[in-house]
Amino acid sequence: MKPQVAFFDFTSCEGCQLNKLNLENDLLDILKHIDIVEFREAMDDKADFYDIAFIEGSISSPSCVERIHDIRRRCTTLVAIGSCAVNGGVNAMKNLHPIDEVRETVYGKDKYLFATLPAMAVSAVVKVDYEVRGCPMTQQDFLKLLISLVLGKEPPKYGSPVCVECKLKENECLYNRGMVCLGPITRAGCDAICPSFGQFCTGCRGLLDNSNLDGMLELMTSHGISLDEAKKRMLLYNSNEVQL
Amino acid sequence: MNRDLNIKVHHLTRVEGHGNIVVNMKDGVLEKAHLSIVEPPRFFEAMMKGRSFHEAAIITSRICGICSLGHQLTSLVTTEAALGLEISEQTRLLRKLLVHGATLQSNVLHAYFLAAPDFLGAGSVFPLIATHKDVVLRALRMKRVANDIGDIVSGRAVHPITPVPGGFTRIPEKAELLEIKRKLLEEALPDGLETVETMKALAGAIPQFERETEYISLKHPDEYALYEGAIFSSDSGLIPVENYLDVTNEYIVDHSTSKHAKYNRNSYFVGALARWNNNNSQLGDEAQAAAEAMGLKPNCYNPYMNTIAQVVEAVHCILDSVRIIDKLIDNGLKNEKPNQTPTCYGRGIGSNEVPRGILFHDYTYDNKGNIVAANCIIPTGQNLANIDDDMVKLVPEIINKSKAEITLALEMLVRAYDPCISCSVHLLEVDFIE
Ligand code: SF4
Ligand code: SF4
Ligand code: NI
Repeated sequence: MKPQVAFFDFTSCEGCQLNKLNLENDLLDILKHIDIVEFREAMDDKADFYDIAFIEGSISSPSCVERIHDIRRRCTTLVAIGSCAVNGGVNAMKNLHPIDEVRETVYGKDKYLFATLPAMAVSAVVKVDYEVRGCPMTQQDFLKLLISLVLGKEPPKYGSPVCVECKLKENECLYNRGMVCLGPITRAGCDAICPSFGQFCTGCRGLLDNSNLDGMLELMTSHGISLDEAKKRMLLYNSNEVQL
Repeated sequence: MNRDLNIKVHHLTRVEGHGNIVVNMKDGVLEKAHLSIVEPPRFFEAMMKGRSFHEAAIITSRICGICSLGHQLTSLVTTEAALGLEISEQTRLLRKLLVHGATLQSNVLHAYFLAAPDFLGAGSVFPLIATHKDVVLRALRMKRVANDIGDIVSGRAVHPITPVPGGFTRIPEKAELLEIKRKLLEEALPDGLETVETMKALAGAIPQFERETEYISLKHPDEYALYEGAIFSSDSGLIPVENYLDVTNEYIVDHSTSKHAKYNRNSYFVGALARWNNNNSQLGDEAQAAAEAMGLKPNCYNPYMNTIAQVVEAVHCILDSVRIIDKLIDNGLKNEKPNQTPTCYGRGIGSNEVPRGILFHDYTYDNKGNIVAANCIIPTGQNLANIDDDMVKLVPEIINKSKAEITLALEMLVRAYDPCISCSVHLLEVDFIE
C-alpha cells in the first residue's frame, strides 16, 4: 500500500505548503507514490491515521497544543517542515518582547482579553522524527526527504555552513560588497540561494551546532553595523535558540 | 418557511487558513450568518518594532506565503515613501512584471485548484487528475510559467529574494526574460484562452446571486491598476492612498480574530471583481473578449463571479507581461544597484493591488532607519463584512433547499472571495463567546 500522507498547518504563513503545490513538474509523479489523505488547504477529505504527517508552523496557542498531540497520536512518522515548525522561525521574534507588551501593541487596553503562548518549535511539544529546514523549505529539500521516507532510507543531513555552498557556487562574498551575511553560522542545504541572488543570508535554516556567535557578531560589527543591529539580524530566525 | 437551521462548517477547506462558517436560523428568523476567523495570532506589528528597513520586507513577506510577493512589494513602496528613496523606471517595470506573475499564479491556483472542484462536484483537485487530466496539466503549466517569472526575476516565487528597498539585488539577464516571453506566448497564452473555454463550460454551475455593494480598488489613469494608483470607491470616487484610514475604518467583531472594515456602507468588496467593476475599460481586447465569453459584464454584482474576473485578469497578466518584457529589453537592461540612502525619516504609506484586493502598509521610522510603528490592512480583512452581508441576503433566498445544498452554496461563496486567512490574522486573536 502507498504511504498515507497528511499535511497540517499551525501558526505559519502556509508558504511551505504552497511551495509544495508549486512543484508543478513533479506533482503528478509524487502522487503515484503516496496517498494524500488530508490537506486542508487543497482538499475536503479527512483521515484517522497517517503514515507520515508533515507539520508546518509554530505551536502558539492552547488549541495548537491540543491539536499537535492528537496528530502525534495518530501518525507513525512526524516531520516538521519550515523554520516556523523547526525552531519557531520568525514567529518566535514575539517571544523577545515581554508578552504583556506584545499584547498591548496589538490589543491596546483590551490586552488581557485573549490567551496566547510563546511561539514554540513543534519539537518543544511532541517528538519530531525528521525536519525540513528553511523559510520557505526548498522544494528539492522536501522531495529528498519524501523520497527517502518512501524508500525507507536515511534522509540527508546538513552539517556545514551556508558559506561552503556559497563558495562552491563561486559567488563573490557579500562581505566584500559592503553587506553583512549570516552564512558562516547558518546550516547549509539551501544551495546558498540568497547570496547567489545578491542578498544576505537571513539565517532561516537555523544555527549550526557549536557556532561561534561572538565571532559572528564581531565580523558583522567590523563591517559597519552596530552591535545592536547585528544581534537583531542574528535573532531574526533564531529567537528561540540564541541568548544574547 | 418557519425553519430551524444550524450550519457550522468547522475549518473550511480549500481556503488559506482556518475559518468556520456559522449560520443559525430559528423559526425562519436568521439569527446569525457569518464567517468566523479562528486562526491563531501572528503579532506581526509587534515583531516589526525596532527592525531595520533592510529587514521590514523580509519579515512582512512572512505574513503570508501565498501573498508573499504582495506583502514584500507593498512593504518596499511603504519604506521608500517613508525614507524618500527614489526608484528607477527599470525597477518599476520589473516590479510590475512580478505583480503579473504573482497575480497569474494566484488566480490560476484559485480558479482551478480551490474553486473548480465545486463546479465539478469534487472534494479536491486530486480526483480530477483521473477525470480531467488535460485540465489539471494545463493548470500546472500555467502555474509553472507564472512561478518562473517569480523564480527568475525575484529569485524565488514564495518569499522573493531580490526585491529590496530602492531596487533589486540582482537584475535578470536578457536571455532569461526572453525565455519567459517565449513560454508566455507559446504555453501560457494558449492555455489561458483554453481556460476561458473551460470556465465558459462550467459557468452554468456558478450560482445566480446578486448583491450590489461598494467596490474598492486602486485606479490609475493609464493602466489597469495593480502596482500603483489612487484608491477608488465605486460609491464616492478617488481618495489619495495617504488617506487610507478614512476608507478602511477597521473595527472588531466578536466572531472573528480578524478585524472588519467599512467605508460608505456597512461593508465593501475588494479583489478581482472590484478591480473589474472599477477598471474594466482599461483591459485590452483579449481580456475583454475573455470576459464576454464567460458572461462577465461591467457592474457585475454576483460575488461568485469573482473567480471569473480572476480568469480575465490571468489573460491580461499574460499579455501585459510580454509587453513589459519587450519594454525592459528595448530600454536596455542596466545593472543598477538599489538606492538605499535615505533622504528623510518618518511615516510612509504604501498600497498595491494584490490578487485578493487592495493592500495597505503604513510604517513610521526613526532617524536610524528602524521601525517604531507598523500597520498592515489586508484584503481579506476588508472583505469579511461583505461576506457576512452576502450570507445574510443569500440564506433566506435559498432557504427551501436542503441543508447540504445551503452549506455548499455558503462554502462556495466564501471560496469565491479567495479569502486568505493567514493574511488576515496577522494581527488579532479574539476568543469569541457563543
Ligand atoms: S517557515 Fe517561512 S515559509 Fe514556511 S510557513 Fe514559516 S514563515 Fe512561511
Ligand atoms: S556571501 Fe554569505 S554565505 Fe556567501 S561566503 Fe559570504 S558570508 Fe558566506
Ligand atoms: Ni495572504
